[in-house]
Amino acid sequence: MKLKQLEGLLGDLQQFSHPKVELEQYPTGPHIASRMLFTAENSYGDITDKVVADFGCGCGTLSAAAALLDASCVIGFDIDPQSLETATLNAEELEVEIDFVQCDVTKLELKGQVVDTVVMNPPFGTRKKGADMEFLSAAMKVASQAVYSLHKTSTREHIKRAALRDFNAKSAEVICELRYDLPKLYKFHKRKEVDIAVDLWRFEPRQN
Amino acid sequence: MRLIVHNMLTCNIKGVINKFPLRIEAEKVIKKEVDFNPDFLRHMLAKIEWKALVDGARSMGYTELPDHAPALESDEPFLRKFHHALLELNLEEGSLVCQESGRKFPVEKRVPNMLLHEDEV
Repeated sequence: MKLKQLEGLLGDLQQFSHPKVELEQYPTGPHIASRMLFTAENSYGDITDKVVADFGCGCGTLSAAAALLDASCVIGFDIDPQSLETATLNAEELEVEIDFVQCDVTKLELKGQVVDTVVMNPPFGTRKKGADMEFLSAAMKVASQAVYSLHKTSTREHIKRAALRDFNAKSAEVICELRYDLPKLYKFHKRKEVDIAVDLWRFEPRQN
Repeated sequence: MRLIVHNMLTCNIKGVINKFPLRIEAEKVIKKEVDFNPDFLRHMLAKIEWKALVDGARSMGYTELPDHAPALESDEPFLRKFHHALLELNLEEGSLVCQESGRKFPVEKRVPNMLLHEDEV
C-alpha cells in the first residue's frame, strides 16, 4: 500500500464525538499516523506479519494503520468504552480485523512474548502528571521487538534517560520530529489551532 | 475476543498469584474466516501457552486441537486447526473468570473489560 493511499483511508475514520479532556483524548491525524506506521514497516519491518498492540488506541487510528499494513494481529487497548465503540465501527468500515481490550494500560499485566510491536500516541501528561512515562513503561514491558511512541520534543532528554535507565531499553532513538496540529477541541483552548513539536521515538527493549 | 488475545490476558487483582489463564464462560461465539498464514502460525507456536489455548477453544465449542502440539510443525492439517482456534473463533458475549479469586471480567460485543474496581488495585 502506498503512503498516500494509507493516509487517505485513515482520513475517513470517525473520531471522538465527545472527547474527554481528563484522558487527553486527541485524534491522531492521518498525516502523522500514516507516516508513523509506514516508517515502522518500511525502515524496520515491525508491522507486516507481526502482532501489534496499540496502547491508548482511542478511536483506533494507529490500529487501523497497522491492520492496513498487514500486521497479522492488531490489538487496541483503551480505558474508554465510547472510544472503543467508535474504534470497532472504524474497523468494520475498513473491513479489517482488530481485537479490542478495555483496560487501564498502566495497570495491565500481559503474559508471554506474543506482542512484537507496540505503537502508541500516549497522553502527554498534561492532565495526569507522568501519564506519558507510565504508558512508556507499560509498553516496554509488553513489546518483544519495538515500541513506537509520540512525545513532546520538550521532554526529549528526560524520555531518553528514563527509557535507557529505568524501562529496559536497549536503544532509544528519535526517528523524526513532527508537528502535531491540535484543532480547538476543548473549551479551555484559547487559540483556534496550535501545533506542538513532537518526537516520533523508536525504542528497542532488551530481551527478557 | 479471539484466543490469541486470551492467551496473554491475566488477572491483575492485588494479591492474586494464579493469574493465568482465565477460564472462559462462553455465551455467544462467532466464527470469522481469516487468511491462513503458515509462517506466522509456526512463529506463534513457540510463543503460545498451549494448554490455555486448548482449554479456551474447548470452552468456545472447538475440540479438534490435540492436547500437545505435534513435533512436526509443518503438518498442514494441524496448522489449519491451530489457525482456526487462534484466529477464527471470537467470543462475542461471555466472561473471563479468574481461577483463584473467581472474579468475572465481562466480555461484551467482543471486548473484554479488564478494568479493576478501586479495592482490587
